[in-house]
Amino acid sequence: MTNKQMTSSETEQTDDQQPNPTPGTDSLADRGTDIGVETSSRDDPATVTDRTIIESRDLDVYYGDDQALNGISMEIPEQQVTALIGPSGCGKSTFLRSINRMNDLIDIARVDGELFFREKNVYDDDVDPVALRRRIGMVFQSPNPFPKSIYDNVAYGLRVQGQDDNLDEKVHTALERAALLDEVEDQLDSSGLDLSGGQQQRLCIARAIAPDPEVILMDEPASALDPVATSKIEDLIEDLAEEYTVIIVTHNMQQAARISDKTAVFLTGGNLVEFDDTTKIFENPESDRVEDYITGKFG
Amino acid sequence: MAADTQEASVDSGFGQISRTKDVAFRLLALAATLIGIVSLAALLLNVAVDAVGWLDWSFLTNPPHPNPNNAGFLPAIVGSIAIMIMIALVTFPLGVGAAIYLEEYASDGYLTRFIQLNIANLAGVPSVVYGLLGLGLFVGLFNIGYGSVLAAAFTVALLILPIVIISAQEAIRSVPDSQRQASYGMGATKWQTIRNVVLPRAMPGIMTGTILALGRAIGETAPLIMIAAPTTVFGVPNSLLSKVSAMPLQIYNWASYPQTEFQYGVVAAGVVTLLVILLTINSVAIIIRNRYQQRT
Repeated sequence: MTNKQMTSSETEQTDDQQPNPTPGTDSLADRGTDIGVETSSRDDPATVTDRTIIESRDLDVYYGDDQALNGISMEIPEQQVTALIGPSGCGKSTFLRSINRMNDLIDIARVDGELFFREKNVYDDDVDPVALRRRIGMVFQSPNPFPKSIYDNVAYGLRVQGQDDNLDEKVHTALERAALLDEVEDQLDSSGLDLSGGQQQRLCIARAIAPDPEVILMDEPASALDPVATSKIEDLIEDLAEEYTVIIVTHNMQQAARISDKTAVFLTGGNLVEFDDTTKIFENPESDRVEDYITGKFG
Repeated sequence: MAADTQEASVDSGFGQISRTKDVAFRLLALAATLIGIVSLAALLLNVAVDAVGWLDWSFLTNPPHPNPNNAGFLPAIVGSIAIMIMIALVTFPLGVGAAIYLEEYASDGYLTRFIQLNIANLAGVPSVVYGLLGLGLFVGLFNIGYGSVLAAAFTVALLILPIVIISAQEAIRSVPDSQRQASYGMGATKWQTIRNVVLPRAMPGIMTGTILALGRAIGETAPLIMIAAPTTVFGVPNSLLSKVSAMPLQIYNWASYPQTEFQYGVVAAGVVTLLVILLTINSVAIIIRNRYQQRT
């Protein structure tokens, strides 16, 4: 049943993009992808030496008969913030969820192509998605703490992953890194659900970073929050990028411009149109459609 | 009144809009509620009045007796409670297990839908049919004795199992998917997710469903007759294989006695006892459930 629910919502998304297949989308996508990868290593000397942590090669994702991602190839650098932007139903969340194989939980989802995490294709038969998710943390769109104490929420990942030595210390460290410790230090036993929305999301971030993953995926982490809470989350993301690779889906272009080092623009039909340094994308994009999208002409 | 308000609304544009149908429907709904409650209250009151003088300590602690003044209910009370305990022990793990399988593991294919449809249909099968099944399966095939505690418990357990499964499924389904996602996203396995996230949140709902199903089980008579449970036993069952009677069966038997003392007084005393025990079990279960709810 749960799968059915997820499936139906996902198919709705893909349905949205089905009726308007833009002519020439494919060639644009190919161009955009190539440009993105090449310019990122050519134009910006600061990122030339950056190691790639995640690389997708010709990644397609289907939900049943609907194609949600179309030949996505991109290289995501380590310890930077990469933003995925684009209109609703463009496949950016699907791409995010294919990195830690959350799409496996949807019965009808099917993945073609390759996605390398530290040079290992995560869709190889010998990769256990559970083990993969222990190295790639995830924060979701609306805060979803468990109806447990703040402490138990943060300790959840540590416990299920069997890292329960020095639990107190790890929980404190995670809360501190998530900039939440000061606010909750003397109420660790109270329910995570008693916190405000912004605090709940930071609790979810603390929960995600507690087991010390290598990558943190964030699916529109601030879209359900007010501006003040959003700005706290944004500050936090910038801090986190010092230690972690952060990949963030957002429909807020200003947010992408503010916090990300690299930006990938997905447009309709599950195509990656352009992927480059954020400054380049926002100041001088190669693709006219990206420029139109950035400047608010559509989407 | 309706005409007045309509005129007013025409005049100012912000006047009263007619509420005649609102009021009429409200009264109708109130009447529907009252008919149910009042008739139930009248029934309870009637039975309670009839039971006065018959429901006393000796009624609760004596075995049945041909003389209405000495009639007792103890073997049936103990029998019912023994059957209920066995039913709970059988249906809870089976029902929750099946519900977890159907909701969390089974993929949404034809087989799953077929199973689902069958469970829904089984919930509506008349209890006398389950009695026949119990007679053939437990008494005939497994030979655990005509009218034994085990045969009675297993038969009624089969009867309420679909109800337990369906309510447990609904409780599991009502756990928000974002919670499962959060758990899987942390690298939890399916079992860890079910154990730590799904079940704790679904447990109050699962328990409510099980309690309601047990409430139905305690009143079942027909399947017990089918597996040849005696309507009257004179001794308290001393093993799971000894012959057992249950409260509704004993009451049914008393109602067929020719003496009016049985038909009114003793039957009423039995009914009140049955209801009190049923309500006690329900309230204890609800208290346990609420405790559980607060902890999570």
